[in-house]
Amino acid sequence: MSANQATSDEVLIGRIAKGDRLAMQVLFARHHVRVYRFVLRLVGNPSVAEDLISDVFLDVWRQADRFEGRSAVSTWMLAIARFKALSALRKRPDEELDEETAEAIEDTSDNPEVALEKKDKSAVLRQCLQKLSPEHREIIDLVYYHEKSVEEVAEIVKIPENTVKTRMFYARKKLAELLQAAGVERGWP
Amino acid sequence: MTTISGKADDREEIEYLLPWHAAGTLSRRDAERVERALASDQELARRFELVREELAETIHLNESLGAPSSQALEKLFAAIDAEGATVRKPSFAFDLRTRVSEFFAAFAPRTLAYAGSAAALVILLQAGVIGSMLLKSPEGAPKLASIEQVPVDSIDLYLTFVPSATTGEVTKFLQAHDARIVEGPRGPGTYTVRFAVTGMPKQELGRLLKEMQDNRNVVASELEAPARVSPAAPAAPAGPTLK
Repeated sequence: MSANQATSDEVLIGRIAKGDRLAMQVLFARHHVRVYRFVLRLVGNPSVAEDLISDVFLDVWRQADRFEGRSAVSTWMLAIARFKALSALRKRPDEELDEETAEAIEDTSDNPEVALEKKDKSAVLRQCLQKLSPEHREIIDLVYYHEKSVEEVAEIVKIPENTVKTRMFYARKKLAELLQAAGVERGWP
Repeated sequence: MTTISGKADDREEIEYLLPWHAAGTLSRRDAERVERALASDQELARRFELVREELAETIHLNESLGAPSSQALEKLFAAIDAEGATVRKPSFAFDLRTRVSEFFAAFAPRTLAYAGSAAALVILLQAGVIGSMLLKSPEGAPKLASIEQVPVDSIDLYLTFVPSATTGEVTKFLQAHDARIVEGPRGPGTYTVRFAVTGMPKQELGRLLKEMQDNRNVVASELEAPARVSPAAPAAPAGPTLK
């Protein structure tokens, strides 16, 4: 599919605003996996994440006629997803959350120390990424995986752009500390 | 002193931007700034490599998270259908002209647009370019010339939904034929639909195409040609071929 053949997300939103259900299906097909992964990293429970993405796209259906195009559609959807994920987290007891979050993402790899013994630096890095606080994990995911610019992260997380930069810096610094604790010395910071 | 302090501030600012530079999401101006700094500062360049490692493993980690089940889509459209039921009362017993007239007379713009675009299925062709790929068997069942010769994983067809199909009918049609919408709309109600045909014998594929052609509830015109045929990967010693 060449770039000029692809129907832009904005065009799809315009059609969804007019009630085109198949445009909705196309938008869902394009984005639901990434939105799911973003939500899963926030709520830590696959079944909750799955329920939430249906809610996210239902909001897209309902609000498409109010989309102003000031940001990318994916940015708009991630902002909706984040709001819904945080709302869901607030509704659930802390005990349940902690337990489920701990079990949420299946950990099939070795722990950092064992991985290091096996000289698998990449696995150690992934382990340490999972040990970051939700706030730091979120910004790292948005920048690295969801490819969001400073401005877009600011819009999704609702913080100033300068805070986005410093939060990312401190998330990386924390990651370096976790790596150091696991025996990986990177010479930074 | 001011110059040294200014340089330090500038370096710090550049360092803050490294993650976005690695992800390719900086403006051209900022990207050029970072590139110039990386070219003249070995320590910064070394730190940039650390950023690239983090980026690679973050992608790896996220890609390992899997995907939601099809229930998410079903739940979404059940909710959309439920919302639709509260604002419109379509009567599918009427013929097309009556239905269109009623829609124009009775419903909101959003509903009208749906009536105009989501509906029964007309299969269009990509004439000329690939029209020759389609052959007709003596029995009338369509056959794809290319599929006679090489195994394929999937075929893409342009499908236009015509005004008598509900979302439920279209969804059922897609499920029944192991198909999914991969692109569109390309025009009013026209989408590219991918049919999984991995390992399907040519007789079975012909039967599938004939069945689609005969499905007048959703297919309003004769199937004429594929938009795309995806050859199967070279045969592996074991296991299914994955796209």
